[in-house]
Amino acid sequence: MGSLTGFRRFARMALGGALLLLATGVVGDSAVTEGSKAAGLETCVAPTAEIRRNHMDYLKHDRDATVRKGIRDTRFSLAECVQCHAERDSAGTYKPVNAEGQFCESCHSYVAVNLTCFQCHSKTPEGANGNSSAGVGGGAGELRALGLLPSVDRSLSLSRDELARLHAATHTTSRGN
Amino acid sequence: MKKMQYRELYCSSPRYWGGLAFLLFIILVGMGAAFFMEHNGHFVTGMSNQIVWGLPHVFAIFLIVAASGALNVASIGSVFGGPMYKPLGRFSGLLSIGLLAGGLVVLLLDLGRPDRLIVAMTTYNFKSIFAWNIILYTGFFTIVGLYLWAMMDRKFAQYKRPIGFAAFFWRLALTTGTGSIFGFLVAREAYDAAIMAPMFIIMSFSYGLAFFIITLMAAYWWADRTIGELRLAKLKNLLGVFVGAVLYFALVYHLTNLYVTQHHGVERFILLDGGIYTSLFWIGQVVIGGIIPLFLLYSPAFGHSRLALAVASLMVLVGGFFQVYVIVIGGQAFPMNLFPGKEVLESSFFDGVVAAYTPSLAEALLGIAGVAVAMTLVAIGARMLRVLPESLEDPAEGDCA
Amino acid sequence: MSHNSDQPDLRRRDFIGKTVLAAGAASIAPGVMLTMANAGSDEGVSSKVRWGMLIDTNKCADGCSACVAACNQENGIDLIERPAGQSDAMWDAQRPQWVRKVKLKDNLTGEITNLPMMCQHCEHPPCVDVCPTGASFKRADGLVLVDRHTCIGCRYCMMACPYKARSFIHQDVASQRTGTPRGKGCVESCTLCVQRLDAGDQTTACQDACNREGHQAILFGDLKNPDSEIARALKAYHSRQIRADLELNTGVRYTNI
Repeated sequence: MGSLTGFRRFARMALGGALLLLATGVVGDSAVTEGSKAAGLETCVAPTAEIRRNHMDYLKHDRDATVRKGIRDTRFSLAECVQCHAERDSAGTYKPVNAEGQFCESCHSYVAVNLTCFQCHSKTPEGANGNSSAGVGGGAGELRALGLLPSVDRSLSLSRDELARLHAATHTTSRGN
Repeated sequence: MKKMQYRELYCSSPRYWGGLAFLLFIILVGMGAAFFMEHNGHFVTGMSNQIVWGLPHVFAIFLIVAASGALNVASIGSVFGGPMYKPLGRFSGLLSIGLLAGGLVVLLLDLGRPDRLIVAMTTYNFKSIFAWNIILYTGFFTIVGLYLWAMMDRKFAQYKRPIGFAAFFWRLALTTGTGSIFGFLVAREAYDAAIMAPMFIIMSFSYGLAFFIITLMAAYWWADRTIGELRLAKLKNLLGVFVGAVLYFALVYHLTNLYVTQHHGVERFILLDGGIYTSLFWIGQVVIGGIIPLFLLYSPAFGHSRLALAVASLMVLVGGFFQVYVIVIGGQAFPMNLFPGKEVLESSFFDGVVAAYTPSLAEALLGIAGVAVAMTLVAIGARMLRVLPESLEDPAEGDCA
Repeated sequence: MSHNSDQPDLRRRDFIGKTVLAAGAASIAPGVMLTMANAGSDEGVSSKVRWGMLIDTNKCADGCSACVAACNQENGIDLIERPAGQSDAMWDAQRPQWVRKVKLKDNLTGEITNLPMMCQHCEHPPCVDVCPTGASFKRADGLVLVDRHTCIGCRYCMMACPYKARSFIHQDVASQRTGTPRGKGCVESCTLCVQRLDAGDQTTACQDACNREGHQAILFGDLKNPDSEIARALKAYHSRQIRADLELNTGVRYTNI
């Protein structure tokens, strides 16, 4: 009997551990698509595991602030998701993020969750030559690093203040983990 | 007094199942129409930025108004103690639930975003009469459901009267709310009138009773049961009073509007030169929905004719439908007067022009499906629950007043 | 489970306790972080500002529709495509129009007036009162907007609006501009170019276009700031609200009608 209890406890711990791993998402491939700005970035506006798990709540929370109160500098913004994750083809035009195989769609179709944002929101970043997207279009072949942790020697294609803003808030969340 | 026996509606299979299959077919077609509208967007309908509420809303409002009126028979039975009406109470409750469900289905499926039903049910703006209506509708289902239970379960018989009272007041509130949807629209000349609310209540009495008479006669025909002469005569007289009252309210509504110079334009539009709306008002609402039924109901020539009663009820419904159509569509078609004393020469948005509206087939199918939903619910309910008395033969002399 | 002893399995309890604690922390953490997540700088727009517009109909030129074209471009309204099989008449009746040109003739004097009509951004907007879900709302700075996240497309606001200012989207919208999300099944109207205001800009697309054409019929600004150009103009000249009888205190005013 004792051995059975031990076995069960072990099984439970293994299961718990597996769930924990899933939850924190330390493993798992990146869904970031090649040729998007995000491919050249170290991390999203929050740790990947957290953003994967909570992005819908974050976006929903901040959308109310934006729509109702006109707060446009929220930490999470769908426009920035699109800005970062839209992939460019060789001609330099953006592909819609909800097109097949693209960042948003690939994951949402995998987990079978209806993606309704883009019934109203723009699926591509504004203006192919806009300021904020400069630096991404330097040829698709240049950006090879697909993971969220690209090699350290890679220079990021973000401006200094953009980076500062992206990372300013992350310390609060890293404490939470 | 002989005890009243209620029994489920058993009838020969082809008649019942065939009827049910027919109703389900209509519902299926209506669902297809709704999907067609939602998939393509409302551009496939006749509705536009000028006529924003179309045929589906006419059907929905008509059914919702009739739903609260259908409960009247039950209210007369248990609130006002009319013994002749008492055995009809259960069926009246069932019919009102069915009609309301049918109306709400149409209203819901016409929304621009019916997928957001959950938003409508969880996010309320309490200043909106529409939001109050959502609460009134859900409350109506609950209260009438309890009322039915109290009427059908002897253990709860003592609650019958209080719940009956609650249901009666709730149904008054519900129709007031439905009427106020229009009454509160200060912008449109045809709607901005407090009389809308009581007028809708009277309309509900009339349409609801007409629906009740038709479905009752149909159910008893289906099941080969009998309805006594006396009971039908009571219903008939009541319907006559209600039809007269609807005409009276329409008269008062238009007379008050005629007194206000500002409203002469819209009155002229409805009563004289509004084309289809003028015809619908005079021929549809007044003649078909009012004068002919009154003649059929009160003329001694048709004294005991059941056919005359059925035809009169049917005409009340048709006329009522036109009345709602004139209120909903006609009220929108008449242009809003943004610039008094000025004529609009050019506008890309149809300012100052009577808006055109041609309902599309999809809208009509959706609306008809709403009626079919109501009838299906009643047919299934009557088959599964003991709502209809075995016999509605007139009580023997002296049994009841 | 070990049922052979009356003593509770302390280690098991300990394990469960810790697991529950961890699970609780994990499920609460996002909520805690959520409250901290909104890095948005401040309280948002303030009611110390009220955006408004003054339109001089004398300066509004007959036949000019520069404001309409500019609005369509700024807000991506021209990105909407006419669905296949829709008749000309229905396209005109069903396509969205945030601003429209209206030409009037006085019944008595025959005087001709041209003016743009759009959402009047009332202080007491009927559309906000009637909206069942609260999707139609008035922002602190006076803009009357639609929150498309909660709009169910019931169109009661369109029934209530005295200015016919709102449009319902009758078909799929293939593409939008980033600043102006819009889609099928929701109601929309003039936002006074909210995306520009929030970016710190203080002009609207229609005003810019009108100035470019040299008409300068549209003046936009803060009604509550006594030093703003619009506040001074409103004080100096006689202006009126359309359907002033409804006492909605509109944010858009007109002179010379």
